[in-house]
Amino acid sequence: MSQSGTAETAGTPAAPPQPKGFAALGLDMRLVGMIAALFVIWIAFAAFTDGRFLTPRNIFNLTIQTVSVAIMATGMVFVIVTRHIDLSVGSLLAVCSAAMAMLQTQFLPDLLGLGSPFIWIITIICGLIVGTAIGAFQGWMVGYLTIPAFIVTLGGLLVWRNVAWYMTSGQTIGPLDPTFSIFGGINGTLGETVSWIIGIVLTIGAIALLAQSRRAKASHGFPVKPMGAEIGLGVIFAGSILAFIWVLNAYTIPERRLERMFEARGEVLPEGLVMGYGLPGSVLLLIVIAIVMTVVARRTRLGRYIFATGGNPDAAELSGIDTRMLTVKVFAIMGALCAISAVVASARLTNHSNDIGTLDELRVIAAAVIGGTALAGGIGTIYGAILGALIMQSLQSGMAMVGVDAPFQNIVVGSVLVLAVWVDIIYRRRAGL
Amino acid sequence: MNTGTPLVEMNNMSIAFGGVQAVDDVSVNLYPGEVVGLLGHNGAGKSTLIKILSGAYKADSGEIKVNGTPVTINSPRDARANNIETIYQTLALADNLDAASNLFLGREITNAFGMVNDDAMEAETRKIMARLNPNFKKFGSPVSALSGGQRQSVAIARAVYFNAKILIMDEPTAALGVHETQMVAELIEELKKQGIGIFLISHDIQDVFKLCDRVSVMKNGQLVGTERVEDVTEDDVLGMIILGKQPQRAA
Ligand SMILES: Nc1ncnc2c1ncn2[C@@H]1O[C@H](COP(=O)(O)OP(=O)(O)OP(=O)(O)O)[C@@H](O)[C@H]1O
Ligand SMILES: [Mg+2]
Repeated sequence: MSQSGTAETAGTPAAPPQPKGFAALGLDMRLVGMIAALFVIWIAFAAFTDGRFLTPRNIFNLTIQTVSVAIMATGMVFVIVTRHIDLSVGSLLAVCSAAMAMLQTQFLPDLLGLGSPFIWIITIICGLIVGTAIGAFQGWMVGYLTIPAFIVTLGGLLVWRNVAWYMTSGQTIGPLDPTFSIFGGINGTLGETVSWIIGIVLTIGAIALLAQSRRAKASHGFPVKPMGAEIGLGVIFAGSILAFIWVLNAYTIPERRLERMFEARGEVLPEGLVMGYGLPGSVLLLIVIAIVMTVVARRTRLGRYIFATGGNPDAAELSGIDTRMLTVKVFAIMGALCAISAVVASARLTNHSNDIGTLDELRVIAAAVIGGTALAGGIGTIYGAILGALIMQSLQSGMAMVGVDAPFQNIVVGSVLVLAVWVDIIYRRRAGL
Repeated sequence: MNTGTPLVEMNNMSIAFGGVQAVDDVSVNLYPGEVVGLLGHNGAGKSTLIKILSGAYKADSGEIKVNGTPVTINSPRDARANNIETIYQTLALADNLDAASNLFLGREITNAFGMVNDDAMEAETRKIMARLNPNFKKFGSPVSALSGGQRQSVAIARAVYFNAKILIMDEPTAALGVHETQMVAELIEELKKQGIGIFLISHDIQDVFKLCDRVSVMKNGQLVGTERVEDVTEDDVLGMIILGKQPQRAA
């Protein structure tokens, strides 16, 4: 930051030269770097596994394994952006999961009758209330009692994990409600047709957004990117979305499983029928959460105040922002997202186990930080955190597939976290951010 | 002038931080279309006094009147509701946001769906910056990428944009170049003509004599005195600041 006050007095600077080629796309270079890193990891593992790592089946598994951490990572972005930290997310997930497991297997069946169609929805609503309330309570301690978030959530890490233990007496609770289990991934895929429709809707949405933003800029007379760059961007978006759907559709349901599905409906499997799994419901949930959280971050006052407070808490307060209430809201959002992750994680396993979510706080924080969220506050993106989660999961699954010993897996993941942050620091210094 | 109801009266204001009596029984006032300079050594309590008016601090005792009516100012929101705008000595900008987001922070322009309308805010920011600092071009960058003077012009633009009736400027030209300082001087003249009252904190006595109608001098949290600039010399004011002594009255 230069303190020279006269720098801008020298005549009107010439308009900056139009960037050419790739730079004309105006992409966030950090994002490009992360995607490049992801591709390098994927290609390296594919090379070591004779391509097994990049089969539709493995990519499908990778996505459903990423969802739970990725959902929480979007909330962790807000927490870290406001200069706080939440070490309790794994335990919060466990307590929500335990509460929901007890509700749907013990209390609600007694109340509504076994197999009632309302069990799953009441369970999820109650889980959300539990998660949001605990999050808000922790936020209140941070914001109003001014206890550092590190301490509040370190305490929460112990407290909530053991509340969950107490609630379930440490036992595995299952099987969970069949409708509830749809949110787990493989038990709730949308099939090829619906997946294509969603892919096309997302594509149209992305292109409409590009066009609308360009029109708005032009109407105010602001500089816009060259039309070619805009089209290039549209093609990249559309291509990525549709390729993703295509891969998920290409993972076909095994014949025996298909047979059972038809039997369950009292039909016979037609000869030679092949069906793809398509988009898992949990991944769709993540996409919806990513969109909602991005809109909150960029287009709402709440999001603006979250970033302003992270950038300069005093300035935010002097601008009339109630930063204490904001802290409560941020932690409440984090809690709600932990509850949603609890649905996904327990549904994926079709039961609640005592160690569910253990060490998730580290994965979630690592995903947000690898995704470019600055611990100093004020900087972070939702898509970055999701990509960060995907990179972490890719490393973990890839190493497992290659047959790296468990201790080495963790050594690598830990080292990558430190390395990624170091690279980020260098990048920011070079870019003058 | 100085007849009728003052725009702002701060009567017998006091505030202490721990053991430090930062402001001690200070009374100042401000009339429409008037610039009152606040002078004093470092740590005299100038910023603290005006932060009480802008809602950043709550006074331990004292009374604030706006247009003759007592008001309670407990937060920056209350101050803004009374048309009091402030340029803080620290500028109070969120470094990670761009100029437009800072200008409208806490008062964002939203569309029919309650969504923040960044384009409209940038358009407004471009308009006001064209008036205040035509060389300013960095609308897309976070303010951390701006020079000290550019940051200061963003803070000034924020205070001026919302049609303040009472403007507080805490060393608004400290980081500005000659040309920009001149533009702020012109801006102050223009705002005076519109009947806006301005508290101006500055260490530059010549500037103060050029721009202000009255000066209030503080020392160690207490008010030394308030004088009309035509009644005193620069040396008199220096004496008030350094020695805390009243100027000699010529009969
Ligand atoms: N938030 C605070 N907490 C504790 N003490 C404070 C606080 N703000 C100001 N003070 C003290 O109050 C006194 C007055 O400070 P103030 O900032 O008002 O001085 P000033 O006249 O604006 O000085 P300068 O010319 O350096 O800006 C100083 O002794 C300062 O240390
Ligand atoms: Mg000061």
